[in-house]
Amino acid sequence: MEILRYAIYRFGTMLLTLLVVSVLVFAIINLPPGDYLSNQIAELQATGQSAGVAKAEFLRQEYALDKPLWQQYMIWMGFMPGPHGFSGMIQGNFGWSFEFDSPVADIVGDSLWLTVLVNLSAVIFVYAVALPLGVLAAARARTWIDYTSAFIGYLGLATPNFLLALILFYYGHRWFDLPIGGLMAPEYEGVPMNWDKVKSILVHLIVPTFVIGTAGASAMMQRLRANMLDELGKPYVETAIAKGMKPSRMLAKYPLRVAFNPFVADIGNLLPAMISGSVLVSVVLGLQTIGPTLLTALKTQDMFLSGFVLMFVALLTLIGTMVSDVLLVLLDPRIRYEGRGT
Amino acid sequence: MTRLADGRFVDDEPFDPRASILELERKDLDAPNWLLVWRKFKTHKLGLISGIFLLVAYLMIPFAGFIAPYGPNQRFSEHLYSPPQSIKLFHEGEFVGPFVYPMTSEANLETFQWEFSPDTSRPLKLEFFCEGKTYNLAGIIESNRHLFCATEEATIFILGSDRLGRDIFSRVSYGAQLSLTVGLIGISVSFVLGIFFGSLAGYFGGKTDWLINRVIEVLRSLPELPLWLALSAAVPSNWSPVAVFFVISIILGILDWPGLARSVRAKFLSLREEEYVRAAEMMGASSGRVIRKHLLPNFMSHLIASATLSIPAMILGETALSFLGLGLRAPAVSWGVMLNDAQNLASIEIYPWTAIPMLPIVIVVLAFNFLGDGLRDSLDPYQQ
Repeated sequence: MEILRYAIYRFGTMLLTLLVVSVLVFAIINLPPGDYLSNQIAELQATGQSAGVAKAEFLRQEYALDKPLWQQYMIWMGFMPGPHGFSGMIQGNFGWSFEFDSPVADIVGDSLWLTVLVNLSAVIFVYAVALPLGVLAAARARTWIDYTSAFIGYLGLATPNFLLALILFYYGHRWFDLPIGGLMAPEYEGVPMNWDKVKSILVHLIVPTFVIGTAGASAMMQRLRANMLDELGKPYVETAIAKGMKPSRMLAKYPLRVAFNPFVADIGNLLPAMISGSVLVSVVLGLQTIGPTLLTALKTQDMFLSGFVLMFVALLTLIGTMVSDVLLVLLDPRIRYEGRGT
Repeated sequence: MTRLADGRFVDDEPFDPRASILELERKDLDAPNWLLVWRKFKTHKLGLISGIFLLVAYLMIPFAGFIAPYGPNQRFSEHLYSPPQSIKLFHEGEFVGPFVYPMTSEANLETFQWEFSPDTSRPLKLEFFCEGKTYNLAGIIESNRHLFCATEEATIFILGSDRLGRDIFSRVSYGAQLSLTVGLIGISVSFVLGIFFGSLAGYFGGKTDWLINRVIEVLRSLPELPLWLALSAAVPSNWSPVAVFFVISIILGILDWPGLARSVRAKFLSLREEEYVRAAEMMGASSGRVIRKHLLPNFMSHLIASATLSIPAMILGETALSFLGLGLRAPAVSWGVMLNDAQNLASIEIYPWTAIPMLPIVIVVLAFNFLGDGLRDSLDPYQQ
């Protein structure tokens, strides 16, 4: 039951953090001078279209953009009644996108779960690659296996994500006939789930997963290798070898378990970086995640849309970190429930 | 020397196990710290090479205009998307010295591409220390000397030319000015903020510590790139390139300090209880003095090593922002801005040389990583 209490405590802190984040996000989306509507009004007046001005003025009042900032924030979050009573983020109303002229929820719709899907597969990729390679590099330290994997790892860290994406896309298409762009073949868009659609999505996922995961995988591999090397020098390993235990079994049974902790704990550091990466890669590769939406929203100063996307991205990271913290406590009984020591 | 019955040789001198250690170590123990660090760093070959490379790269920044044969925005409308030209030494089996063949371009109306063909009958020798477009050396001295250039009739595009017929090699060397310094400015911002907040939290503890810790946690749990994007989207588009550049590097720094602050705080927590700190406090030193004179010098070197390791992230960050069109914008030249041209698959396929700016990025980022690793390993000279 202790663990349940910890999970609830952790959930509570997550909500608090989210609240702070929402203030931060609101401040950021309001940083550019003016807002979408006032810019539009200025533009319409300059070109002498008075009909549009009235509509924009109406929208301005409709979305309380004429109120002071703190009131706008409260209305946006749903802590305070707006022109139409309580309808903000916590009531499930994500606002209106001025650029696309439709509710934010309609625009992001499908891309939300695609974002989750892309990031989830990248996380799985990171673990699937980093675990065997890290252990192998440590067990065969200072051999060509170690050096090659270290070299590839460094290269993965140093290459800008978006270029890797372009290059892999090009060669993936040429040599393996992988599809170019998007997360599914165009004919499946807007079609309900069926087996062919799943297959199409899976094939389209290969390159993005690889690109987003590479940097994270190399960082994690290096950390796992360092941890394993620390453990491998310890007397208990020598004892196990002296007893005649098979090296592979010995590795999996003792040092790996000790070295495994940071592996789970690291997801907290890894996830923000990966979600950052996925935004960038999505823009380059034209994936239907929220990355491209965020970029358009930011460029056109469509504040409710960009605000929602930023909040969603933050929420995704926070949930990931929370899950990793809870997992860590399950995995390692030495960690006390009051939170990790610093 | 005595020979034993089993054939081994044994020294007659009495064996003093401490003699060799004493003799060797005495000098080491008296040596200043930086010498020990340097001695250990020298054994880290990769780190040493990277360090020298970076030093040379940064020293070359003021001379970008001299190294580049052309100006960063000088256009050759006859040579759009010219492939890299090679510098040759032998013409028809005869040694001529470095020369290039003049290129003529022709539009292929079937593929809609420019096709370049060299005129192999006329070798045109390269000129050195020749006069060309004027530039400002180190931003102050006006000059028009270039390290090398081609004669009037020929062009020299070592790395090819881009969409507008600008020399990529020249642009890479000019781009280094912004791309390399963005990390330095960013890291200075992050350094100041990180040390300030980290030492506040670590030295005073209590409520201050709690508050700063929460801020750090929130900032660290957020994905950087969307925040970078949002912040740089807020930079007004009518600002001058220089102003945009400074704002971008400050933005990169603002989101980087939490990591540094955490390590500063952890160090402070452990060092705060040392006797010399208490002694300094009892002699009436102010908190500021204790922090600056007694605590910070203790782990400044560690901070520098970790700062070295976070510069690459900033260089990549600038590249990503400029690539997406939210960082530095066109008349400014940086590697990210250049890569903006290589944004689509078509250019990678048909004009692969437009993606060349990625090479300096990869090399510089790798060099910073190796240098940081080397520094970190050699900072503790007493540890084996």
